[in-house]
Amino acid sequence: METNLQGRPRLGEKLLEGSFFCCACISIVTTVVVICILAFETYGFFVEIPITDFLFGTEWTPLLQPKSYGILPLLCGTLMIVVGSSLVALPVGIAAAVYLSEYASDRVRNIVKPVLEILAGIPTVVYGFFALTFITPMLQAIFESTHVFNAASAAIVVGIMVLPMVASMCDDALQSVPDSLREGAYSLGATSFEVTTRIVLPAALSGIFASFVLAISRAIGETMAVTLAAGATPNFTLNPLESIQTMTAYIVQVSLGDTPAGTLTYKTLFAVAALLFTLTLALNLTASAVMRRFKETYE
Amino acid sequence: MKNSGLNSRHLAAMIFRWMCISVTGLAVIILGILIYQVTIMGLPWLDMQFLDSFPSRFPERAGIKSAFYGTLWLVSLTALFAIPTGVLAAIYLEEYAKPGKLTRFIELNIANLAGVPSIVYGILGLALFVRFFHLERSVVAGALTMSLLILPVIIIASKESIKAVPQSLRQAAFAVGATPWQVIRYHVLPSALPGVLTGVILALSRAIGETAPLIMIGALTYIAFIPEGPMDEFTALPIQVFNWTARPQLEFHELASAGIIVLLGVLLIMNSVAVYIRIRGSRSKM
Repeated sequence: METNLQGRPRLGEKLLEGSFFCCACISIVTTVVVICILAFETYGFFVEIPITDFLFGTEWTPLLQPKSYGILPLLCGTLMIVVGSSLVALPVGIAAAVYLSEYASDRVRNIVKPVLEILAGIPTVVYGFFALTFITPMLQAIFESTHVFNAASAAIVVGIMVLPMVASMCDDALQSVPDSLREGAYSLGATSFEVTTRIVLPAALSGIFASFVLAISRAIGETMAVTLAAGATPNFTLNPLESIQTMTAYIVQVSLGDTPAGTLTYKTLFAVAALLFTLTLALNLTASAVMRRFKETYE
Repeated sequence: MKNSGLNSRHLAAMIFRWMCISVTGLAVIILGILIYQVTIMGLPWLDMQFLDSFPSRFPERAGIKSAFYGTLWLVSLTALFAIPTGVLAAIYLEEYAKPGKLTRFIELNIANLAGVPSIVYGILGLALFVRFFHLERSVVAGALTMSLLILPVIIIASKESIKAVPQSLRQAAFAVGATPWQVIRYHVLPSALPGVLTGVILALSRAIGETAPLIMIGALTYIAFIPEGPMDEFTALPIQVFNWTARPQLEFHELASAGIIVLLGVLLIMNSVAVYIRIRGSRSKM
């Protein structure tokens, strides 16, 4: 019977499977095309500009005379957004996750979780608007020297933006810590604070770490909020109240103008994007490697 | 601390607990402030004139007609491209693919694509669809770019929901002689549909809100007409919001908030539908 069935040719079934396989392969094609495009144009860029000038130059003025192509000011701008947003998102995200997982009743969870989901679903351009019309005026009221466009406002809003992701990933990590560990600690007389900080958080450390790495990756790639709030001045500065420019904001700035294909300015887009892609890919791979190890521990 | 009395340990526990509560409350308050701020700034501007006018240099005459229809075109075409491809890819990975290096590679690849910054998709769209395929700044170029962007989201959500279909359902169908496609078509897909739909709706709402890739492919231009075909130029709601926010005048900021209200309204409706489907889906399973 079985051999009979196996022997029947089923052309339709094979065709369907083949077409489904093609759909699945689109993702690989996408990745390959992205890498090829970035590599090709970036190579063209490095033919004209030495790679050391790009990586270690401290002046970024591709749109002005004299032109200069040192990425460090843009990297520094991105770094400030990353540090600032991490200062907001990581502690708040962990605290919210601890509250949700360790303290909150089911009723509160059912309110706070959707709120976090709504926060996660708000378009980034709306956060940019919020930074410009609410956070920046607030900062200006506190620090008089705050520029209209400044790194601090953008960093805070990017922090708010990645907060839901950090909170829900940490929440998942805390929830997956077996209750027996908590019960063991409680039965030895530990308080809830001691159980959380000495038992649960260390046990969930890899999940928490993965969420931090992904938060940083998101902050690096975040575009609209930093374009609107942080400005378009590639300053090599660490003052958060000054206007800066991130890698992503530079890409937007160039594409707002009309840049003919093949020019050096056009190629800078790809060089910056290639660096952006490499950084986020490395972080995402790190996070998924940590997550995989973490899963093995508890299953 | 370790050896001090029980009272101080309980005090520390209480302080910690309230710290966590207040910080969580902060997140809720921020959402409240954001909505309040947008509403008081934008609501006075939100009228029929605003919904039914093209963008203008004069705030009192400006509106979101072209942006709204542009978003409608964009989302419809994106849905057309991304939903079948994403769902079929998920079906392949869950129902057909044999565990092995290739399958693992595809899955890892999809997970990584989901984390690629949206602006990189914009670069891809610019180089591939706008320049290489000469689609120019058309709706179809935007929709193709958006499709690639949301494809990983759709695949991951659909995979999860297909995976949740009980194995016994498949075995029963196979046992009475169904072919793999019949099993999928008549048993797996209907049962996975609520989850797939939820994922699709969430992915499409991401496509509605994304701005950066559209700016990359050059959709930020003055458009005073409604796209009539897939090759027409277009603008979209978040781009209009960006455009108004980037101007220094207060009136345009207020216009931006009115645009945001419309944008958030659309997203809220879509999310409610997704939640409704999820609740109905989980109820019918019980």
